[in-house]
Amino acid sequence: MMDQIVKEHGPETRDAGLMQVVMLGIGDEVFALNTELVREIIDPVPATPVAGAPAFLPCVVNVRGNVIPLADLRVRFGMPKTKDAADTRIVVLEIEIDGDPVLVGVVADRVYEVTEISQADVQPTPRVGMHWNPEFIRFITKWRNEFIIVPNMERILS
Amino acid sequence: MTTLDPAEVFRQEASELFDALEGALLDLGLRPDDRELVDTAFRALHTIKGSGAMFGFDDVANFTHEFETAFDRVRKGEIRPNQDLISVALAAKDYIRTLIEAPETTDSIIGDAILDDLHRLVEPDRSAKLEASRIEEKAPAAEARTGWQLHIEFDSEILRNGSNPLDLLDDLGKLGACFVVALTEEVPFLDEMDPERCFLKWDVTLHSDCDRATIDDVFIFVQDEMKLDCTPIMAAALTPPLAPLGEPVADPLSPDAAISPDATTSDASTAAPQIEKKREETRRADDKANATVRVQAERLDELMDRVGELVIAQARLSQLASATDDIAIKAIAEEIERLAASLRDTTMGARMVPIGSLFGRFRRLVHDLSRDLGKPVEFVTSGEDTELDKTMIERLADPLVHLIRNAIDHGIEDQASRAAAGKTEVGRIEIEAVHAGAQVLVAVRDNGAGLNTARIRAKAEEQGLIAPGAAMSDQEIHQLLFHPGFSTAQTVSALSGRGVGMDVVKRTIEAMRGSIDIATMPGKGTTVTLRLPLTLAIIEGLLIRVGEGRYIIPLSAVEECAELTSADERVRGRDFLNMRGDLVPFLRLRGLFGVAGEPDRFQKVIIASAGETRVGLVVDQIIGSHQSVIKSLSKLHSQVTMFSGATILGDGSAALILDVAQLMAIGQGRADNQPVSEAA
Repeated sequence: MMDQIVKEHGPETRDAGLMQVVMLGIGDEVFALNTELVREIIDPVPATPVAGAPAFLPCVVNVRGNVIPLADLRVRFGMPKTKDAADTRIVVLEIEIDGDPVLVGVVADRVYEVTEISQADVQPTPRVGMHWNPEFIRFITKWRNEFIIVPNMERILS
Repeated sequence: MTTLDPAEVFRQEASELFDALEGALLDLGLRPDDRELVDTAFRALHTIKGSGAMFGFDDVANFTHEFETAFDRVRKGEIRPNQDLISVALAAKDYIRTLIEAPETTDSIIGDAILDDLHRLVEPDRSAKLEASRIEEKAPAAEARTGWQLHIEFDSEILRNGSNPLDLLDDLGKLGACFVVALTEEVPFLDEMDPERCFLKWDVTLHSDCDRATIDDVFIFVQDEMKLDCTPIMAAALTPPLAPLGEPVADPLSPDAAISPDATTSDASTAAPQIEKKREETRRADDKANATVRVQAERLDELMDRVGELVIAQARLSQLASATDDIAIKAIAEEIERLAASLRDTTMGARMVPIGSLFGRFRRLVHDLSRDLGKPVEFVTSGEDTELDKTMIERLADPLVHLIRNAIDHGIEDQASRAAAGKTEVGRIEIEAVHAGAQVLVAVRDNGAGLNTARIRAKAEEQGLIAPGAAMSDQEIHQLLFHPGFSTAQTVSALSGRGVGMDVVKRTIEAMRGSIDIATMPGKGTTVTLRLPLTLAIIEGLLIRVGEGRYIIPLSAVEECAELTSADERVRGRDFLNMRGDLVPFLRLRGLFGVAGEPDRFQKVIIASAGETRVGLVVDQIIGSHQSVIKSLSKLHSQVTMFSGATILGDGSAALILDVAQLMAIGQGRADNQPVSEAA
């Protein structure tokens, strides 16, 4: 199963079974994003709503002179919206869409830490009984006795 | 520092030579007796041959040499250039170009075929030759020439580059007796003198029956670093002239090389003034060309990005300065604003390229199309100096090519029809480029048959694009031409008629934030006008507020602003304004953007136009003008149509730029766009 996961989930799980990730708290859940995807983490900035944009990409923000979309994963995962708090941050990611690098910001209620997760801790993703679309999830793993989700950002944002 | 690949340098320079060669050949078709053109063509070929050999392009050098040899008869005046010859010469030029740019796509057979054609055309034909020499009488006849009057100027850096002008003069001397006069006007005083620079010029009278090419060969390696003027001398005027030179060959740059009255009586001058005028024109063109610097396009783009960031930072500075009471800071902020604006204008200017650079290739296109279709067409251009942003110039090429093709293929009638209709035998395609406010207008005009509105309508109804009997203005019917797959062509030719091109043209122009209009007169002709913004990177915008959000409307789309009064009319479920008698539909942006809550008391309406249509956009507040650096929207927002981009405001937040054309289309689709509550 490990090999299958390595084949399915790409190069970041390839070497030594360890992946460096940033742990984010969004809603009640904890998500882990591969640090290779993360460009920077910034304090919240004024967001401009874009009429006609999909619900999970409702706004744009200015990051270093670039106007990039702000993704609200809470919408994608069916979580209730929460207001920005003192710990809210924007995580700026660079992901590949159709072969081109695309910048996008993700709102996180909390940023925990950068850590390594091991393939040894990977749990199989249940196909039924979850209230999220399983396509959005790469795999689930354990960290500090909590289940954390490693999301498939490309699927979520397309 | 980038290292220059010599082969690449050769390719770039060859490219320019090809343009010069093609221009000269096409002009030669119109003015076959113009010796200057033949010489220009030859110089180009000669340089290509020499440089080609130097950079290892042996095929090129060999073919060009063969071509030169065969074409030599034209140069000697033995053969008069005719249309067939010009066509073969153009084919040869294309072949050489392919040899340099994509050698794997061609074959030596093609080159051989071209040379065969050429030989056939220039083979000595007694009667043709006699006729040629009779016609050649008015041009300085080769037979009567006994020498040359040369004026030689080298670049001041030529000594540093390792060339010795004296050696070159000695080589000239080997061709025949020379009388050399050195011109010393430019030599500065000793304390300003730099011995490594050349300040001398020479006038040489050469007694020799050699031809121009032989003289050029003497200077072949320094051709680009010098100016050489040659005038053939008739037998009578062979005495060495008095200095300063009175011959009309005098360089306009050298201080009062006076046109002495004696010179005008010499025989050479009867034919010389015309040559002189042309020489002056080419010289002036050369001077202008020498005053330019070649810059890599990426560097210009980088510069533009930096300037864009500077504009944004300066806007933020201005905002901070206006909030402070410190006079010193306010003053500096103002100064920086002025400098930033000036820098922006200069940088945008650096990216501007005259549209004339496109026109050159169209001449070839028209020439070939006219020949292939058997329709004589004259091609006229105006406004070659009109400048456009460099990124737009290239994107315009294909649409214009398509429009020209259409005009010749479908617009201009064949000779028989034209004669029957009492029109001039030669059709005419005109391209005109002109600045109009913040836009550039490029018009393609033909004097053909014009659009057949009835037939377009019929075809559209047949294809189900419009309902039969639907009320449509002629303008709207003509716009149907841009529908994908639409074509009224009876026959599909290799060139056009499939209905593929016009929609691509429209999309390309609209992607440049431009618009396209058609005007036509049945029997008289059609004019297609492209309207384009001056630049793609920075626009003047009108900053407005709708609800809590701020947006930018491109100022070029704004006609006027007014207040929305309760006297607006409601017709057929749509809102309409009465603007001095015209009914203008309006959109409430609050409704369109889904803004909740009560609108402000005094709503403003901005009358915007896209192409020929106007619409009013109702907003809460008009804040003011704002210079906006355009930031494109992300790929993830590609399905958002109401906005064409975004910009950064002075406070660092992003504001979306409205796409006026799209807003109008959306507004037409919506039956009614009521706000949550009615405006007073």
